[in-house]
Amino acid sequence: MNKKLVLAVAPIVTFIILVIFFWFALEKDPKKLNSNLIDKPVPDFKLSALQNPEHVYTSESLPNKLFLLNVWGTWCGPCHIEHPYLMKFSQQYPVPIVGVNYKDQARDALEFLEKKGNPYSMVIADVDGQLGIDLGVYGAPETFVVDSDGKVRFRYVGVIDDRVWNSKILPVIEQVQGYPLEQVQKDAAENDSEGMK
Amino acid sequence: MIPELGNFLLIMAFINAIFLGVLSFIGAHYQHQGLMQFSKRASISIFALILASFVCLTISFINNDFSVAYVANHSNTQLPIHYRISAVWGAHEGSLLLWVLILTGWMAAVALFSKSLPKPLITRVLGVMGFIAIGFIAFTLFTSNPFDRVLPFIPIDGSDLNPLLQDFGLIVHPPMLYMGYVGFSVVFAFAIAGLLQGDLDHHWARWSRPWTTVAWIFMSLGIALGSWWAYYELGWGGWWFWDPVENASFMPWLAGTALIHSLAATEKRGVFKSWTVLLAILTFSLSLLGTFLVRSGVLTSVHSFANDPVRGRFILVFLGIVVGASLLIYAIQSSKIRSKANFGLFSRETALLFNNALLAVVTFMVLLGTLHPLIQEAFTGDKSSVGPPYFNLMFSIFMIPILILMPIGQQINWKQESMKPMLTKYWLWAISSILIALAVVIIMGGIEPMALVGTTLGLWVLAGCAKYVLAQASKSTSFTIGVKKISRSYWGMLVAHLGVAVTVLGVVLTSYYSIEENIKISQGETVQVEDLDVEFYDFKNTEGPNYISSAGSFRIYSEGELITDLHPEKRKYNASKMVMTEADIDAGLFRDIYVVMGEPLDDGAWAISVYYKPFVRWIWLGSIFMALGGLLAVSDKRYRQRRREKKLTKSETTSVVESSGE
Amino acid sequence: MMKQLIATIAILMSLQAFAVIETYEFKTEEQEQLYTDIINELRCPKCQNQTIAESNAGLSEDLRYIVYQQVSNGSTKREILAYMQERYGDFVLYDPPVKPSNYFLWFAPLAVFLVILIAVLLKVGRRRVKPEQTGTEEE
Repeated sequence: MNKKLVLAVAPIVTFIILVIFFWFALEKDPKKLNSNLIDKPVPDFKLSALQNPEHVYTSESLPNKLFLLNVWGTWCGPCHIEHPYLMKFSQQYPVPIVGVNYKDQARDALEFLEKKGNPYSMVIADVDGQLGIDLGVYGAPETFVVDSDGKVRFRYVGVIDDRVWNSKILPVIEQVQGYPLEQVQKDAAENDSEGMK
Repeated sequence: MIPELGNFLLIMAFINAIFLGVLSFIGAHYQHQGLMQFSKRASISIFALILASFVCLTISFINNDFSVAYVANHSNTQLPIHYRISAVWGAHEGSLLLWVLILTGWMAAVALFSKSLPKPLITRVLGVMGFIAIGFIAFTLFTSNPFDRVLPFIPIDGSDLNPLLQDFGLIVHPPMLYMGYVGFSVVFAFAIAGLLQGDLDHHWARWSRPWTTVAWIFMSLGIALGSWWAYYELGWGGWWFWDPVENASFMPWLAGTALIHSLAATEKRGVFKSWTVLLAILTFSLSLLGTFLVRSGVLTSVHSFANDPVRGRFILVFLGIVVGASLLIYAIQSSKIRSKANFGLFSRETALLFNNALLAVVTFMVLLGTLHPLIQEAFTGDKSSVGPPYFNLMFSIFMIPILILMPIGQQINWKQESMKPMLTKYWLWAISSILIALAVVIIMGGIEPMALVGTTLGLWVLAGCAKYVLAQASKSTSFTIGVKKISRSYWGMLVAHLGVAVTVLGVVLTSYYSIEENIKISQGETVQVEDLDVEFYDFKNTEGPNYISSAGSFRIYSEGELITDLHPEKRKYNASKMVMTEADIDAGLFRDIYVVMGEPLDDGAWAISVYYKPFVRWIWLGSIFMALGGLLAVSDKRYRQRRREKKLTKSETTSVVESSGE
Repeated sequence: MMKQLIATIAILMSLQAFAVIETYEFKTEEQEQLYTDIINELRCPKCQNQTIAESNAGLSEDLRYIVYQQVSNGSTKREILAYMQERYGDFVLYDPPVKPSNYFLWFAPLAVFLVILIAVLLKVGRRRVKPEQTGTEEE
């Protein structure tokens, strides 16, 4: 008798669990991948600077403080949308942005930065895309938050606009730096006021 | 005006479906003649309304009415007329309307062709189907209305139907597949109606059987057509990819196959009743689950519709209500089901039990593989993939026992049989299968262990069918009389099993012995690909109705002899700017030669792909046999005879003498 | 099959159905076979659900080239898959690795079947079959 009851009730119980599970699965974006680099150092590379092909960058050349690593290319439509935001953030916040110019023509990239401004503290020319692959890049633009020890702490795939910056990037920076948002903004404000002086 | 009319008809159908859903159950409960009569009429009128609505959408497509958003997004003035008609179901909204059309079509068919069944039962069946119709019409009306206008800015031209869909495949595949998908709603409704009434005798199984088989026939053909379409259209020689959307249609097919078998046992022997009922519910639930997976965007698939959580939630809620309610009814009522269980370990009942266990496990495996990435992500937050290597391996593991058991299962007697004489009959056939398979495999190009196993099993099933016919014939005085005594439904089983053997052989041989070569070739050049010589003798740029094409011409020689002349194309579609390859295939019973244009290379040469695919046609040929088997089974005269007899005697207990072998 | 159900589908921008044909030269047939095997087992990270063999996305092209290079340099399948897994995670592996988090995936179907098998053998095997009463049998 008992066994019969279990057999009768098991299907509906399983089904209810499945439906609840689907309900939450619907919230997730099936296209977003997690980075496999989280808490690992930025992969080694040896690539020339975009502005000066003679100059070779390696992991040593990266900033010794928290910075953003932004993978972009002039062939990538969304990167054009993202660019003005990067300009703004680079002026407002004291967080250097390192550009990785991914699979691009140097001439196009230089012209692009010339015309629209350069938000990057340095631009690495990843012409054949090897660094991109080592970073696990699958859709430009992608932005990595790298801490002062050179470890990747976060990756965002897609355009960073005000909303993403405030809801995703800033909280991570804050958490990694260990001091709150106001500090970062205050720094920015100080920089601004210094600039104005 | 026409789109508004279509919308209005859809709303009318919706209101009718609500009446049908509610009044049927009241009518059946109080045995109210008028209400029961109403449910039949309502079912037919809902179908008529949906059909008219569907015609309205079709007219909008034919007239290029780009004020309708759906038409503007999926058609174009340059699109040939037959594709403009099939474009109706070329995307989400219209294909949903097709879904509803087919559902109500099945409903009308039940209303029309079930005069001999008790009225309260049929009224409940229609009520259940009415409920399903309510959900899907609401889904169409409120989240995916194909009649929505784009006003006030009407585009001058439409953005065209995806070039992949501008194909014969789109015309036949979706209607066929949906006929199957949705057709399982009939047996589902029978199961629920039976549970509600609380009397699931063997009549229940007999009445549901033909409906299930017909749905299964459509589904088998629908899946095969899709596979064939993918094969020639996509240009990489594949015919099954284990994509979530394919799995979504494969799961109800597997469950439906199990259902056909367990229905047979339930009808004939009164066994496994409660399992059969559950299976009927699960089969259609898997159809609904498939619809959810495909249309919610919860899984990544090449086919998935644009990710729209609102739609996803709507279907999920509906799925929850329909399946949840039916499983609840099952949980409450199933204890009342009395099954017989008078059979021994070595009997046809046990064979069918294993058939069902294996098919159920395979269905579970496909479901698990499809959903595992979601489960994984819920626990670890990371994305993962389950693809062909997993499915192929697991599927083979469970197919092996199914195929081994098949010939024995079709021969063995009901109730009990002694094992030894049965096995002694078979060893010779088994050994011959192995030897012939060995020969086949060597001729095909070398011994691959898995290919040998697969070929042996395919031949073993073939042998089983032959053995059955011989055994029956030997029971009679002469061969022809013996063969004639085999009933239609048994022929159905044999032909369907033959189809399985043919498909298995096709799958195994084409998987292990295909040749695929990418070559670089210039015009005028001849390149050798294994035993074939490929000559690139001509190249043309031409213009089609809505595309520009670059077509190469290739002659294929084998040992100096011309076998075929192929003209693969590369097309660029004007409206969408999409590039498409059109493979050209020399199809044959024993092999296909398949040529695809790649890209032009720097020095004027072209990269092309040449495929040699042995026995690939057998994959689809087998499904034709399976469908034919189903057709033979439903045309068995006992279904017709019963109907006639029932009219004569008006008695509930019909015991028609079964034809021999049963 | 059914890139098919495509029928039912609003197609995504990313899906372009032209086959990708590259004519890489290999030193041995084994290497060529290995290359084909591997590109048919790796999932394109940016596509909907395609192998890097099927996909014509730029990234797939790069990944195929890397597989080609590594195969030519004598790397084994395991090494190449590990290289990809390290960069893109388990997502790129169509053949899910047999590891604890995948045990359920790999073993549950078999376990379910064994349970059913044992249950049936125990229950039916022990059963005594009664001779059926004459006359009341239903077919």
